[in-house]
Amino acid sequence: MSEPRAIGTARVKRGLAEMLRGGVIMDVVTPEQAKVAEDAGATAVMALERVPSDIRRDGGVARMSDPSMIDGIQAVVTIPVMAKCRIGHFAEAQVLESLGVDYVDESEVLTPADEAHHIDKWTFTVPFVCGATNLGEALRRISEGACLIRSKGEAGTGNIVEAVRHLRSILGDIKALTVAPSEEIYRWAKELQAPVDLVAEVAERGELPVPMFCAGGIATPADASLVMQMGAQAVFVGSGIFKSEQPEVMAKAIVEAATHFADPSIIAKVSSGLGAAMPGAEIASLEVRLAERGW
Amino acid sequence: MRAGVLCLQGAFREHCEVFATLGADVVEVRTPKHLTDLDALVLPGGESSTISHLLVTSGLREPLSQAIRNGLPTLGTCAGLIVLANEVLDGRPDQEPLCAIDLTARRNAYGRQVDSFEAPLDVKDLVGESFPGVFIRAPVIERVGPGVEVLAMHDDRAVLAREGNVWVTTFHPELANDFRIHEYFLQEVAA
Repeated sequence: MSEPRAIGTARVKRGLAEMLRGGVIMDVVTPEQAKVAEDAGATAVMALERVPSDIRRDGGVARMSDPSMIDGIQAVVTIPVMAKCRIGHFAEAQVLESLGVDYVDESEVLTPADEAHHIDKWTFTVPFVCGATNLGEALRRISEGACLIRSKGEAGTGNIVEAVRHLRSILGDIKALTVAPSEEIYRWAKELQAPVDLVAEVAERGELPVPMFCAGGIATPADASLVMQMGAQAVFVGSGIFKSEQPEVMAKAIVEAATHFADPSIIAKVSSGLGAAMPGAEIASLEVRLAERGW
Repeated sequence: MRAGVLCLQGAFREHCEVFATLGADVVEVRTPKHLTDLDALVLPGGESSTISHLLVTSGLREPLSQAIRNGLPTLGTCAGLIVLANEVLDGRPDQEPLCAIDLTARRNAYGRQVDSFEAPLDVKDLVGESFPGVFIRAPVIERVGPGVEVLAMHDDRAVLAREGNVWVTTFHPELANDFRIHEYFLQEVAA
């Protein structure tokens, strides 16, 4: 290995997110589930000890997964493996980087470790994905070095309503920015609590400078079609697959839906005979709103 | 010039944008009906196991394979190379390549994402400065057949090669903000 090469550049970190577009990233808790996900056509798996709906049920502090569990999943699949660390817990992120995970999710699904700061993600070689409920939050995460944004939704509920709300908020503000006169960019930056140069870049491009996926509440192929027609470029599915009646069938169906999201006849075909989706929850009945974590 | 881009999964949007900038009519290929009247085709980067799976479920695998065998000029980048290769190492057992170019590719051969890198490349017949190579969880070409022409190397391995109508790269020219490889490909297609 003699010729020059540069690792950990913004281009290779964002580039992997670009490779994941049009796909489905699935939460898995065992190597067996990881194989099911890969067999179904997942573009990546998120290795964690409990899916969000179980974290919700169990309560207590949710932390980074046991490295041996992540290792076990890395050993059985060829697709990228992601893993979650707590918000602000840069030591957990360092551990995940040393394990060779392909993406770190600084996630509100785990219990936050810092009530004021997120991780300085520029200092890492491994790329990070972060959640956002609105444009300001997305741009703050990007300014800290996130290379992929996912709208948060409300994880572990099987209820798409929060994901739709967050996507509409982010995409609506982006659209408004594209027609804002230049003097208003500074007020937008102040109100969004985001760096003015990033706000100006979004106004110019009409989209975030990194890919945007959707997470939190996707439980059916039609849910995937909905959020991708709205503008999400790929989907994260957590409890929606392995809490459904037939995980293998549901996983394959959502993979097809992510590709053919704009073709209702294909969505109809893959939605047939799926069995029960995961049991859902009304947002008003929740004791903890995970999406509110993050600053 | 009608340039088709396989839009099942992955970084297809960037290829569409590059071809549109170069003046081609871009066709997004998702089902077999999109394959008619194409002058060229791109298989983009993404996850090769996912793309292979979706080629089967979409019904595209056979007609696409036939079109390439019939001479449709085709460019495969990264995962697209893995789909087109004669032989794939470290792939999934059910991942059957299209056998459209006589080479052996090893998946994720540089390691994990933390080993992904950028490197300048000298490409045969490309005028001007070196080409910015973007390698993301890239495959390595371990063997090339006698009919394959190697157009660029990195660390003594082929990273850009062609055999007749089929071109492959282990890196991502669509992420380079440099259109010269797409231009080169389209010029040869038109010739």
